[in-house]
Amino acid sequence: MSLLEIDNLSVRYGPADAPPVVDGLDLRLETGEVLAIVGESGSGKSQAMLALLGLVDPPGRVAADRLHFAGHDLLALGERQRRRLLGKELAMVFQDPLAALDPSYRVGFQLEEVLRQHLGLRGAAARRRALDLLEQVEIPAAASRLDAYPHQLSGGMAQRVAIALAIAAEPRLLIADEPTTALDVTIQAQILELLLNLQRERGMALLLISHDLAVVAECARRVCVMYAGQAVEVGALPGLFDAPAHPYTEALLAALPEAGTARRPLRGLPGSVPGRHDRPAGCLLAPRCAYVQDDCRARRPPLDAKRQSRARCFHPRNQETP
Amino acid sequence: MLSFLARRLGLLIPTFLGVTLLTFALIRLIPGDPVEVMMGERRLDPQAHAEAMHRLGLDRPLHEQYLSYLGQLARGDLGQSLRTHESVWSEFASLFPATVELAGAALLLASVLGLLAGVVAALKRGTPLDHGTMGLALTGYSMPIFWWALILIMFFSVQLGWTPVSGRLDLLYDVEPVTGFMLIDTLLSDERGAFLDALRHLILPAIVLGTIPLAVIARMTRSAMLEVLREDYLRAARARGLSPARLVFVHALRNALVPVLTVFGLQVGSLLSGAVLTETLFSWPGIGKWLIEAIGARDYPVVQNGILLIAALVVLVNVVVDILYGLANPRIRHRQ
Repeated sequence: MSLLEIDNLSVRYGPADAPPVVDGLDLRLETGEVLAIVGESGSGKSQAMLALLGLVDPPGRVAADRLHFAGHDLLALGERQRRRLLGKELAMVFQDPLAALDPSYRVGFQLEEVLRQHLGLRGAAARRRALDLLEQVEIPAAASRLDAYPHQLSGGMAQRVAIALAIAAEPRLLIADEPTTALDVTIQAQILELLLNLQRERGMALLLISHDLAVVAECARRVCVMYAGQAVEVGALPGLFDAPAHPYTEALLAALPEAGTARRPLRGLPGSVPGRHDRPAGCLLAPRCAYVQDDCRARRPPLDAKRQSRARCFHPRNQETP
Repeated sequence: MLSFLARRLGLLIPTFLGVTLLTFALIRLIPGDPVEVMMGERRLDPQAHAEAMHRLGLDRPLHEQYLSYLGQLARGDLGQSLRTHESVWSEFASLFPATVELAGAALLLASVLGLLAGVVAALKRGTPLDHGTMGLALTGYSMPIFWWALILIMFFSVQLGWTPVSGRLDLLYDVEPVTGFMLIDTLLSDERGAFLDALRHLILPAIVLGTIPLAVIARMTRSAMLEVLREDYLRAARARGLSPARLVFVHALRNALVPVLTVFGLQVGSLLSGAVLTETLFSWPGIGKWLIEAIGARDYPVVQNGILLIAALVVLVNVVVDILYGLANPRIRHRQ
């Protein structure tokens, strides 16, 4: 049994026949594994994660054949049981750290709140543990930061606090939704390193959502590429980036500047992600794909679970070897 | 903080000058004068009238009267009532607790119910409960106070006989005025049942006076809550598995309270102006009724200085609210 098992997850807004924002996502995650989900904004990666946590609010609707985490059926979970899981076994770090901290309360208060909720720690014990957590996320002068309000922190510092909040109850899975996107470039590497260190030390699984392929290549062992709500390719790294099977993955990589190689013009993908109301009948990438053929326009390719590197494509690239 | 206080208190002087000028002019624009009202218009002898006006100094040119009024204020003298010859200050001080009691009860009612209604409407957004609550709030806001008071009196006092029609306490009870707050004084006295009677006298006027602030606070709380509920930090707090009660009351309401607090301060002004009407309707012996009677009698010193004291109160309350605003919102407190 995997730590996280997602079969055919979909998230829908609006009428039943409207195209879902997450469309039949399958995903497996093992204990202690680092998996990255990449995709453009609007590809459904954040919505999929919110669905996992049960944070998709009406009118949004979540459906799945299977949505299991650590033996719990997340879809069948009662509100009370879900709350016991969230922040304890399953935690999330959000994109904008300053927006994710309550502006009215000191850092120490917010940490102690989580420690009380999930570990039953109170008073001096909670205080000590809060300080301990701030030190674990390598905040300098941690003791003085306990009494700081979020607006007194820099973006990087606030993200460290948000990470401390997420790991407070030692979760088995940490979801990091674009944890470095809102930060200065110089800080990004530090935060990623911190996340990976924590992951290694605690043996927790890390689900890293990003649109930065360089970050993904550095951190993750496996990657899931999402496009327009669907996983289009799932596979191990670095193999998947060396020889991408799906034209979309190939296009993403081609849009990446490479250090050390001869200067070449960056290639973008023409057009944009289809909206909810102009979905093509066949492959969702067909209107933008350089290798499109007739069958691509007629039918939507499935994601073949049997192959080693899986791609949702009738005519995958880099398949010379049998 | 000190410079902030000094700035705000410095604003008091121009505010007060404006208030004195306005009341001084307005009360004199009303036809008739204190002597006429006291002596009765018909039997008034022009000779006696002129003498009385001279004695009161009301025959001097207006600018002289105004300047001597300001001089009096500068010496800290609020003058005496033309009718009772009591000092305006002591009359104000003896009646003020009654108004504070009424306004306080109204504000308490308005804040508790208003916050509750606002929170519930925001949480149940778009449901019949939300529409119903907000519809009621709008109705309450638009209702003329005197009409609302008369309806309540007719129904609860006259038809059902549940509450008394007017006053603060039944004549049966003999209660020593210690604090001037009837609810406290009745508790301090030995009179059995006096406290409940005082409460029964208070409830209708408090509802009447509290209706508009209640509606304003409810609508403001709802919109502030809706704004906060959309915030990332609330979703993040949910992702930490916090209980719904903690999410709503510790995180959402605390942040929603910041804009609502400003409304509180502004409502104090409208509470005092509403008190004038409410006290008159319920014969509530507070400063509102006192001022209305003073205007009727053209009691110039009482009208001018009574209004000045009320203005001072409104300004002070708003200064206090501004300070509270800083306490409620750490982002403002730390902006130096």
